Order: sequence, then structure tokens, then C-alpha cells
Amino acid sequence: MMLAINGLLKSFRSPDGEAVEIVRVEEFRLGAGEQLALHGESGSGKTTFLNLIAGILAADSGRIEVGGVDLTALSEPGRDRLRARKLGYIFQSFNLLQGYTVLENVVLGMSFGPGIDRHRARSLLGRVGLAERLHHFPRQLSTGQQQRVAVARALANHPQLVLADEPTGNLDRRHARESLTLIREVCRENGAALLLVSHDEETLAQFDSVREFSSINRAEP
Amino acid sequence: MTLPLVIYRSLRQHALSTLVTAASIALASGLLLCVWMVKVQSQAVFSTTTGGFDAVLGARGSKLQLVLNSVFHLEASPGNIEWDDYQAIRKNPAVRSAIPIAVGDNLRGYRIVGTVPELFSDVSYAPGRRYAVEPGGRFFIKDAKEAVVGSFAAERLGLKRGDTFHPFHGLVFNPSAVHAETYVVTGILKPTNTPADRVVWIPLEGVQTMSGHDPRAAKEVSAVLVQLRSPTAGFRLDIAYNKQGDRLTFAYPVGAIIADLFDRISWFDRVLTLVAYMVALVAAGSVLASIYNSMSSRRRDLAILRALGARRRTVFGSVVAEAACIGAIGSIAGYAVYLVLFTIVAGIVREQTGVVLSVFAWHPVVAACPAAMVALCALGGIVPALKAFRTPVAETLAPVS
Repeated sequence: MMLAINGLLKSFRSPDGEAVEIVRVEEFRLGAGEQLALHGESGSGKTTFLNLIAGILAADSGRIEVGGVDLTALSEPGRDRLRARKLGYIFQSFNLLQGYTVLENVVLGMSFGPGIDRHRARSLLGRVGLAERLHHFPRQLSTGQQQRVAVARALANHPQLVLADEPTGNLDRRHARESLTLIREVCRENGAALLLVSHDEETLAQFDSVREFSSINRAEP
Repeated sequence: MTLPLVIYRSLRQHALSTLVTAASIALASGLLLCVWMVKVQSQAVFSTTTGGFDAVLGARGSKLQLVLNSVFHLEASPGNIEWDDYQAIRKNPAVRSAIPIAVGDNLRGYRIVGTVPELFSDVSYAPGRRYAVEPGGRFFIKDAKEAVVGSFAAERLGLKRGDTFHPFHGLVFNPSAVHAETYVVTGILKPTNTPADRVVWIPLEGVQTMSGHDPRAAKEVSAVLVQLRSPTAGFRLDIAYNKQGDRLTFAYPVGAIIADLFDRISWFDRVLTLVAYMVALVAAGSVLASIYNSMSSRRRDLAILRALGARRRTVFGSVVAEAACIGAIGSIAGYAVYLVLFTIVAGIVREQTGVVLSVFAWHPVVAACPAAMVALCALGGIVPALKAFRTPVAETLAPVS
């Protein structure tokens, strides 16, 4: 099992000091190499759920195992290390480093993980069709190209699990379709499991396995 | 390569503030270095600039004025002493050599000093170094209307061997106070990097008997430069002239008297150093402010780095290292500022005293000052680094709608 979640709970404090429950997931499983799409409305806690899996946020309680490692038992540096080595994260807004070239964006992600492999970085960027744009800066790329850089970066460290948060949210229909196909293919080629969250019906239609996020998340705000 | 790349890209992204901050560091570092090196070198050089003499005998008055007048050719003469006084010290068994000098005239602002040829033939102005003239020239002959011109004075006055000039009366140049005598330049002194380079040397009798001078001056000298056979002789003569006598002043040892001058003006030196320290602190503060102010635009980048797996300490370290890099860039540029400032100061010191300060002289502060600036800047980087350390990743990366 690539991802196993039990009794996960996360709440935030509202401005008036009240605890607002965002995520309550009793049980969730994702197998190695599996590709699953979660469907949910905006504000339903999908991003928080992914951030908890990525270790960017700490859970209030519960257990998250990634590749057999209990993330919730790790210290923050431990979670950082795990994220760098086992996870790839594609953000809705791509989150590319604007002052870095395309190649540097990918290489920098590698440097926090198992180590820099420029050959792999170039090869991945070639795979996503950016071989000629290695030394361009993100602002010099189209939105679709920026998203492909984000895909290459997420896969650079041979992740076992790729998290994708509304990865096609900023793209038009044609690019969204192409991009999603690319993400799925590259994950498959690299043997990575894919957990994608989206509220876009066309995106979800490309997945064999789709679940309603509300069926997983029992949070009651 | 992670840290160097992160620092490099961040510096590039904030190029303008990096440049402005580094420039302020450069100014601070250069100023601090300059103040320190001028202080250290001038103390060392002035205290060891004795012209090869151990003591000076002159009229009753300030030892410092006597030394400044007769060794550094600055200040007014405290007065003349009798020829017999010169003869007395010359014949003293404790004295190895005694060179009389007479002042009172100038050549367009450069002091004319009368002396005896033995100054050039018998005296080493520094250990192992004797006066010499440029090829083709020679020293003046006793009683002749001849002159040997110090290298710096020759350069500034445009004098060369064979040129002639009329001396001007007084130590301050007054074009209307010209003497009738005509002197011919027989040689230009090779540079000695001492006050002698700023002097126009003529025979002692020339000054003593210059037209318009008081006839009594013919039997007087301004001071006697003395070389002793032993240090104990200096203390004996000090007692004899200064404690037991009341007519003359025996300034001994020359180096200690100059060192005493630096002690007396050490408050000024401390003020300068304090100002330089304050400038350095302000510069370090500017690093803090510059990076801190840019933190809002950096937060997203730092959060992305964290999301990619960078640890808090990596992000913290990158900000501190960036501040240190700005300090290093500024310190390197500070050497250029130092070179310019020091060259200007050294030029003024040489113009005024003839003493040469070397811009390339080594002192531990040359390495310590830039290192301290880098450390200070790194310290200034800690505050914004703490802000970076505390950057909340999830909140910062939340999509902006």
C-alpha cells in the first residue's frame, strides 16, 4: 500500500477563536501505481488533505503512512525529508520559482531529495516537450509550458506518490486534456501512484477511478 | 550547489537593493580600513622617522616643536642657539656626530634648510640607507651658492640639475620677500620617503648669511641633529640640558617624542574610529533592512523551497548566507574604496610632511576588517532569516484568487 490514512483529523482556528474542522478521514487507501481522482467542491478541504499527506501541514491526530513510513510520527525535518524523497507535488498555481530557469527549477527540487541528476532533469524536461526551453525563465513560458515544468519537477526525484491539486485549473480545455494525459503517462512510466483532486468534470472523466471527496472527508464545519 | 544557487538567484532577483547595500558596506569597510591603516602606519612611520638621529638640541621650548621643526621640517623654529652650543655638543665624547641646521627661508613654499655636507656624507637616514643624488648630480660644496633639492620638492617645483633660483624669506611663501642671492641646483636627491624629500638643502652659511637676515644669525644655528654613541648618553645629556640647564632643550629620544604626540591626539583617533564603527553598524543595519523589506516578495519562493523539501534550517541558512554574501561583495568593493581614500590621504600626508604611507602595506586589519564586516552582515541577516524560518508553507502557497 502506497498511502494509508487512519483517523486523520485537522482543524483550524477561526478568527473568533473557534475550532473549525476541515478534514476528518477515518480510512483511506491508495495502492502503489494506482491513479485516483477525488472530486470535490471548492473549499471542501481537498488542498488541506493533500497538504497533510505531503507533510506540509501537521495533523491534529491520526496516522498517515506513505510507503510504509508513518508521517505523523516524524518530526518536521523528517517530514521535509520524506516529502523530498518520496513525494511529488503539482500545485494548482504551479508554484515555480520565477527567478530560476526551467532547468534550475527541476534541479533545485532534486537537490533536497536523493541528489542532483542533471541528465534526468533534462530527460524529464525533454519528455514534457521543453528540451528547447531549459534556460528560459517561467515568465517566458506559456501557462501550459509552466505546468509541464511543474510536472517534470514533481517527478524528478522518482516519487512513489504524486499529489496533484487542481493541476488543470489554470488551463484551457485543450491544454488541460493534454496536460492531464501527460501527468498520467509520466506517472505510469515512473511507477508513481497519483492522487489528484479536482472539481472539473472533464478532468475527472479521464480517470477510471474517481471518488467523491465528501465520501472520504467527514468533517463537519 | 543548492545554497550557492539559491543565494545567487536571490541576489540577482534583488539586484538593485543588493548593489545599494553592498555599496554602503563598501563605503563602511573602506572607511574603516582607511582610518585604521592611516592610524597604524602614520604612528609607525612617524615614530621611526628620525632622519637617522637620536636627539635634537635647540632653543629652550617644546621638545615636540623642536623635533617637528628640525626632523619633519614642519612648524616654526622655537628659536636659534649659539654657534658655541653647537661646538660644545659636537665635541662631547658621548656624541658620535652633530649636524647643525639653519632655517628661515623657503622656495615657493618648500622649506630651505641650511646644513653641512656631512649630513649627506656621514649620516644614514635609515638603517643601511644613505642620501644619494640622481645620476649626473652632486652634493653642494660648503660655502658655495649651491643647492641639493629633495625629490618631492624638485618634482613639485619643476627643478632639475643646473637650474637656478632665488630663495624667499620666511617659512611661508611671500613673492615679494625674495632674496638677492642666486643658487644653482647641483643635484636632486634620490627619494628617501622621508621629510628630507620636501626640502631644498643649501650650505649652512647660505642661510646664516643670507641678505636681509639678522647679522647675529651668522653665529647661530636653528638646531643640532645629534647621533649618540650609546642610549645612556642620551639620558645623561637630557639631565644636563633639560634638568640642570635652562637655556637649551635636548629632545631625546626623537621617536618617543613623536609617539607622545600620537598619544596626545589619540582622542581624535578614537573619535575617527568610533565614527567608522558607527558607519559599519549602519551598513550592517542596511543589510538587515534591505533583506527584511524584501521578505514579503521572497516568502513565496521560500515557501516553494520548503514545499520541495528544503528544511527550515536550510531556508534560514540561505538568508544568513545571502546577507554574508552581500557583506563579502561590499567588503571586496571596500578594498577599492580603501585604495582611493588611502591614496588621497597618503598624498596629503606626503605633501604636508614628506612621509610616505604605503597603500599596499600589510596589517592584520586588512583581513580582519572585511571579515568582521561579513560577520556583521551575517548577524544582520539573522532577523530576516528568522522571519524566513517561520514562513508558513501551506498558507503562503495557497492559490491567490
